[in-house]
Amino acid sequence: MSERTSRIGAAFDKARADGRALLVGCMPAGYPTVEGSIAAMKAMISAGVDVIEVEIPYSDPMMDGPVIQRASEIALAGGVRTRDTVRIIEAVAATGAPVVTMTYWNPVERYGVDAFARDLAAAGGTGLVTPDLIPEEAGEWLAASDAHGLDRTFLVAPSSTDERLAMTAAHCRGFVYATAIMGVTGARAQTSQAAPTLVSRLREVTDLPVGVGLGVGTGAQAATVAGYADAVIVGSALIRCLLDAPDEAAGLAALRALSAELAEGVRHPDR
Amino acid sequence: MSADAAKTEVPAQFPDAAGHFGTFGGRFVPEALVAALDELANAHQAAMADEVFRDEFAGLLRDYAGTPSLLYEARRFSAQVGARVLLKREDLNHTGAHKVRNVLGQALLTRRMGKRRVIAETGAGQHGVATATAAALFDLECVVYMGQVDTERQALNVARMRMLGATVVPVTTGSRTLKDAMNEAMRDWVANVDETHYLIGTAAGPHPFPALVRDFVRGIGDEARAQCLDLTGGLPDAVTACVGGGSNALGIFHAFTDDPQVRLYGFEAGGEGMDTGRHAASITGGSTGVLHGTRTFVLQDADGQTQESHSISAGLDYPGVGPEHAWLHDTGRATYQPVTDAEAMAAFELLCRTEGIIPAIESAHALAGTLAIAPKLTAELGRPPTIVVNLSGRGDKDVHTAGEYFGILDKE
Ligand SMILES: Cc1ncc(COP(=O)(O)O)c(C=O)c1O
Repeated sequence: MSERTSRIGAAFDKARADGRALLVGCMPAGYPTVEGSIAAMKAMISAGVDVIEVEIPYSDPMMDGPVIQRASEIALAGGVRTRDTVRIIEAVAATGAPVVTMTYWNPVERYGVDAFARDLAAAGGTGLVTPDLIPEEAGEWLAASDAHGLDRTFLVAPSSTDERLAMTAAHCRGFVYATAIMGVTGARAQTSQAAPTLVSRLREVTDLPVGVGLGVGTGAQAATVAGYADAVIVGSALIRCLLDAPDEAAGLAALRALSAELAEGVRHPDR
Repeated sequence: MSADAAKTEVPAQFPDAAGHFGTFGGRFVPEALVAALDELANAHQAAMADEVFRDEFAGLLRDYAGTPSLLYEARRFSAQVGARVLLKREDLNHTGAHKVRNVLGQALLTRRMGKRRVIAETGAGQHGVATATAAALFDLECVVYMGQVDTERQALNVARMRMLGATVVPVTTGSRTLKDAMNEAMRDWVANVDETHYLIGTAAGPHPFPALVRDFVRGIGDEARAQCLDLTGGLPDAVTACVGGGSNALGIFHAFTDDPQVRLYGFEAGGEGMDTGRHAASITGGSTGVLHGTRTFVLQDADGQTQESHSISAGLDYPGVGPEHAWLHDTGRATYQPVTDAEAMAAFELLCRTEGIIPAIESAHALAGTLAIAPKLTAELGRPPTIVVNLSGRGDKDVHTAGEYFGILDKE
């Protein structure tokens, strides 16, 4: 772990003091449009989402299930650019909510790793979640995130060995992302059995907050995950509110309702 | 290029332990896959060091796949090229291409790892058919992901896979072609990694796949080198192959990388022409990036979004390339050039008419490239060159495409 202080750390400290988990809500940048995605993210915040995870849409999202794939395709078809994402992050960060960015690696490499870190920091982003970047390949990002004071969240999985859990957590700053299931993103009927075990294995090797994602879609599931994790990360279920809605207003209403339900869940952890 | 080739030192051990070929290769994957990739890398290392494994692989290649494939001196074609052309007849292998070598090797590894299920991606269906073949032979469950666009244009191969007992899943996301099939196979793998091996079809993807696939197909070059020495008393002046993901090219290049006098040429799919932007030439027309788990040359836009590739040859229609080729290009040890659809089809027709051999359209790119470089090599050497061409597959699967291209199908 680096000595630099985390940009998102204070939010975790406060949630911990309040005896609850943070709710992290994800939305692809530019879905359904650039302005529409800003409106959706602001609606999530006003309904109780603590942290926004802005996903940079990518043509080949190999960790993502059908919902995020569809939303990413729509965003890309609408012509969203990486620099629009930076603008979206700036607009959402201006609300005061922490904004993390989730991105496959190629868009960052193409933008220029240091340039991207610089622009992200200037826009008020807290850091990156990198689903297809493991610490062994992250040399340039380690340097750029140090230089620009950004957090870095690598993923761990139920299949990670103890050595890899320790190594990966040691390269994180801010929080660690525990993927609750072996699989792609998408809401599931049941929360994962593997997740609590993975989180307790992580607790053995790191003091960093742990966020758990993949599969959460209801307030009850959020409460369950909040019982053992520091953050509950929800993507597909929120995005589906917009995908399934007949029009934008209905979509935002559904998004607010689910955000509020999930926010309620993380405030009443099952312990 | 000849001077460059002589200068370049090729280190003995490539890739490094983490799968890097210079700045290329490596692993850009979800952490969830790292354990499986480590398991595979260990199994690969152990298998290559295990005489029992090597013997079993060699036995299968000989008795089942029908290798060593012939090295055939194509005299009538040679006369048209102005070179002594030796064809490495991978088209005569069981299932009709070099790909059978890779699938047999990986099927053996699957069994060695105690896994019961294989998944694969396929574009034209050649790798899917090869995988389904090996799965039948080894009694493995087999699921093949294939873009919906491809299942429609390659309906016969879909039927072949089903006859062999495989399940074919049409992929309806993205561009609905090979790259999307590869994404979907990766997603399946993440979810089922305990009992499933991802039997990747070319020398691309995350470490250890590029090295593993190369090791299973490198017999092509080992055989060709010995056969060429036997037949001509010397080494060839050049070795040529088409490059999609790069397995057949690496397979034939590898035995020659330490022979600096042997020029190595890889021919990429130039599609409708490099200036049209409608091509699949990742090295000559792309830029460095990360795709499908590896750092390599990629067709991408200014934001790093993968661009669709275009080629008359489904097997070359991929917007990336194996990382070892990116590195061979960077070091100058191999030379890569694009060949257009039209050039490939002219060479296709020429081989049909001069030798009575219908090549795969992929392989026709290697033939066309050979036609293009022969005069230059002749000038350089002051004599007609000897060129070994990897005829990576047969053209049965392409009869419909070629028939339409040449307008020789009867109207109904
Ligand atoms: C006959 C033949 N040659 C070549 C290729 C291209 O693949 P690679 O570059 O991995 O050899 C294919 C792929 O389907 C093929 O079927």
